Amino acid sequence: MSDRLSVFKTYKLYVGGKFPRSESGRVYEVSDSKGNWLANAPLSSRKDARDAVVAARKAFGGWSGATAYNRGQVLYRVAEMLEGRREQFVREVAEAEGLSKAKAAAVVDATVDRWVWYAGWTDKIAQVIGGANPVAGPYFNLSSPEPTGVVAVLAPQESSFLGLVSVVAPVIATGNTAVVIASEKAPLPALSLGEVLATSDVPGGVVNVLSGRTAEIAAPLAAHQDVNAIDLAGADEALAKELEIAAADNLKRVLRPQAVDYSETPGIDRMTAFLETKTVWHPTGSLGASGSSY
Amino acid sequence: MTIEKRSSAFEYAPAPESRSVVDIAPSYGLFIDGEFVEAADGKVFKSISPSTEEVLSEVAQAGTEDVDRAVKAARKAFGTWSALPGSERAKYLFRIARIVQERSRELAVLETLDNGKPIKETRDADLPLVAAHFFYYAGWADKLDHAGFGPAPKPLGVAGQVIPWNFPLLMLAWKIAPALATGNTVVLKPAETTPLSALFFADICRQAGLPKGVVNILPGYGDAGAALVAHPDVNKVAFTGSTAVGKEIARTVAGTKKKLTLELGGKGANIVFDDAPVDQAVEGIVNGIFFNQGQVCCAGSRLLVQESVQDELLDSLKRRLSTLRLGDPLDKNTDIGAINSAEQLARITALAERGEAEGAERWSPACELPSSGYWFAPTLFTNVTQAHTVARDEIFGPVLSVLTFRTPDEAVAKANNTQYGLSAGIWTEKGSRILAVANKLRAGVVWSNTFNKFDPTSPFGGYKESGFGREGGRHGLEAYLDV
Amino acid sequence: MPTSPKFSASLEEGGAPTHALSDVTASDSTLRRFLHGLPGVDAVGLEARAASLGTRSIKTTAKAYAIDLAISMVDLTTLEGADTPGKVRALGAKAVHPDPTDRTTPTTAAVCVYPDMVAVAKEAVAGSGVKVASVATAFPAGRAALEVKLADVRDAVAAGADEIDMVIDRGAFLAGKYLKVYDEIVAVREACGDSARLKVIFETGELSTYDNIRRASWLGMLAGADFIKTSTGKVAVNATPANTLLMLEAVRDFRAQTGVQVGVKPAGGIRTTKDAIKFLVLVNETAGEDWLDNQWFRFGASSLLNDLLMQRQKLATGRYSGPDYVTVD
Repeated sequence: MSDRLSVFKTYKLYVGGKFPRSESGRVYEVSDSKGNWLANAPLSSRKDARDAVVAARKAFGGWSGATAYNRGQVLYRVAEMLEGRREQFVREVAEAEGLSKAKAAAVVDATVDRWVWYAGWTDKIAQVIGGANPVAGPYFNLSSPEPTGVVAVLAPQESSFLGLVSVVAPVIATGNTAVVIASEKAPLPALSLGEVLATSDVPGGVVNVLSGRTAEIAAPLAAHQDVNAIDLAGADEALAKELEIAAADNLKRVLRPQAVDYSETPGIDRMTAFLETKTVWHPTGSLGASGSSY
Repeated sequence: MTIEKRSSAFEYAPAPESRSVVDIAPSYGLFIDGEFVEAADGKVFKSISPSTEEVLSEVAQAGTEDVDRAVKAARKAFGTWSALPGSERAKYLFRIARIVQERSRELAVLETLDNGKPIKETRDADLPLVAAHFFYYAGWADKLDHAGFGPAPKPLGVAGQVIPWNFPLLMLAWKIAPALATGNTVVLKPAETTPLSALFFADICRQAGLPKGVVNILPGYGDAGAALVAHPDVNKVAFTGSTAVGKEIARTVAGTKKKLTLELGGKGANIVFDDAPVDQAVEGIVNGIFFNQGQVCCAGSRLLVQESVQDELLDSLKRRLSTLRLGDPLDKNTDIGAINSAEQLARITALAERGEAEGAERWSPACELPSSGYWFAPTLFTNVTQAHTVARDEIFGPVLSVLTFRTPDEAVAKANNTQYGLSAGIWTEKGSRILAVANKLRAGVVWSNTFNKFDPTSPFGGYKESGFGREGGRHGLEAYLDV
Repeated sequence: MPTSPKFSASLEEGGAPTHALSDVTASDSTLRRFLHGLPGVDAVGLEARAASLGTRSIKTTAKAYAIDLAISMVDLTTLEGADTPGKVRALGAKAVHPDPTDRTTPTTAAVCVYPDMVAVAKEAVAGSGVKVASVATAFPAGRAALEVKLADVRDAVAAGADEIDMVIDRGAFLAGKYLKVYDEIVAVREACGDSARLKVIFETGELSTYDNIRRASWLGMLAGADFIKTSTGKVAVNATPANTLLMLEAVRDFRAQTGVQVGVKPAGGIRTTKDAIKFLVLVNETAGEDWLDNQWFRFGASSLLNDLLMQRQKLATGRYSGPDYVTVD
């Protein structure tokens, strides 16, 4: 048995529900924490970023228009699928982050639980942050959150899986679609996550995963006029500033990098960062009092 | 350009509001640390009345050094102010609200003189909303624990605020009320064409006994605004104004820890379906684009009318426009006042000429323009398509572009086909259509069967390039809290 | 004053008017489709517009003009069970000389009385140009057989009434029997003959919704009303700026479509000069100056006149007047 030659996995991007190689035709070497080669990952180009934005935009109408209940079911399905591939991810996370198997297992479990947490949020966030406003006039006035649109996500560099899901799940739970740049040095869990999403009823294009040089891929995304927001979690200070400046061209919503302990239960900030508030006024009028109304 | 004749047997005699309720001093200083002071470099500028070009006062012009002085004063005041129990901060704001109510006629006349908008609007819209805004946020100051941002949310520190000239005092209220309620201190720069009501507000702060340095007012130009935004000791930047400047500010604060909210331009679509309540829709269209001479970021500057009722609607609209009364903003019967500045008038004029040059059909009611001051007749452009400049660029003037659509889907597509996303209107008697269309519009404020309604409890702000963050309501607190 | 030919509908043999919209009254269903196809009314928007026009500030010369115009538009009314010839004669004298101390004061448009008082009223205003209007058709409830209503009308016309103020059958209207309401108006119109102008009262307070008021306005105009009138003054809610604005929009739109001009008469609840001027502003800025004439706009009122007179005296003398300086009739 021990002589059997294992079958290597070719890691590919996840764009528009498909698994393409990079348009550039290039890959880069991914090593574990000790410097051992693990796999080649696609080295995404600006054109891959462009394609991913197209896919994300195309998916936005359907995903944002789905019922919150449906989105919750889909996110829960992701947790189910992930649970089933627990062993694979424990191995990948252990290799990627240099963790013991036990610690990697804890990370994967936490990640599964994070999907469950956000699955439950889809149909509650509107009630928590929206509501009727008691305006001083004969109007019914309601504020509701709506997804911002296409969000570019620079996944955290260190926490390649829990951190990744912690930034992606809130973006899509609220109905946005995402173009995600995986951790540069540890992209494999992210690329494998694409395989989970593809089999979890997440419509193609809702999450798009790119691997490669973060700065290279992020620059065209930050400047892209059809990207509505950007999460800079995976950017260092200099890159974050540069990207924030580029993002101003179409006034993207920018979530700046901040110190986050991904093992803690998140707040709602990552959801509200990519939600707009729409306020709609409806005349009510009065019944009867004036004798002629309605 | 065609002009329609107007005549009436029932000409209203002039009904001017008395100017004597307001006493404008010949000169004003900057308001820093509770005192009116001269600019460090001694510079001054004149504020003029756009309806007459008369000089109203000479105002100190803030420079970089003054910005620094004001930020220092605000920083010094922050410790004590933020440490005050919320209930005490609340009472200061309630005092301010009450003094605004007491002095509202004076402030309305002042605002009309300095801005050029009709007294009818300052009296019935701006001033009541200013008082209401302070009253609303006053009540929040001691209830922040319950606002949904976790226990004991913290203020940010010093807020640098830059406001426009279209609603000078109201925009001040939108900025200062939530900032103070949450425990921040403020350095605010009013627009260079409308500094006076902010300076009168400084006096109200003194009357209210507001501690020194909590509110600082720096009249000045764009350079002062830029210096304020860039000041390293400012923790929060709030800006209302043009999208171009908003982008510049976003670049300036990039890479800092400053929290930013922007309320910028718009090209709001007012969508009229074939089953609209026509007479009210006409009023809504008029209100949407001619309120404040169209110098409103959320103006309904694009009329999208269902092709099947276009002729009928335009006839009604034109008839209605012929009854608009343009002239002396202090006259209580004036509907359309002066354009705020020569510069703005030039911009409106140029864009309207461009509309004509691009082949859109221009129409204005017969309307005599006063010989001095800055004036622009209410203007309609028909035969406009999405490709016309007048359908894409924010004109910020009394110019309405009329486009048609055939189906609700097309209406939504056209309404959303803009880089802006601030406001929209929907006119139909069919309830389900209102909800469906409102749901699909990418705009922060949607008015169904009404337009240009504002309330302190109602969050206001844009999607896309109309900015981010919300002002008003519980949502408006977030911009000034460290959450 | 004769109706200007341009604005008058021609009468067919059956008495129903012909114009561009004659077809819509062909049957109950065509009439219903037409009335229900009229644009809806948004109550909040309508009331906001009326309130906004109410903030117009009418001063000095414009105010003097408006007061005289308003006086000339008053249908000075007494509609009480206790009306006597003496009361009606006094009312007539007041209509002819509203302010005995100032003979430049215009006469009112009309006096408005019950049919049995028409003859007395006619005599009281003889030669003055003041019209005599009479409520008829089993005013104010209108709950009588058509023949009784028509007899009521004929009686008033025979006694010399220049104008008939009829009430519509609100029960039929609210039951959706629009053609019945229409036919009744046509019949009354016919009974008025050539000599009397017809005002059709909707009792807007009972129709309750603005959509109903708009439909009733069109129904009345289609049936040949010379005036549409808000109310009897006998229910809780009578003329309001909003319902009058709505009716002014209706007459404006009806003339645009048919060429026929119809007058408007708000009645009940208008007691002060300030109120009256607000209504004139509504007329001016909605229907337009063609309606600023007592041929096309009236106030159904009684106490309003004295307030107009006191304001008129104030404008003339510069000091405030008091109730002892106007007559109580």
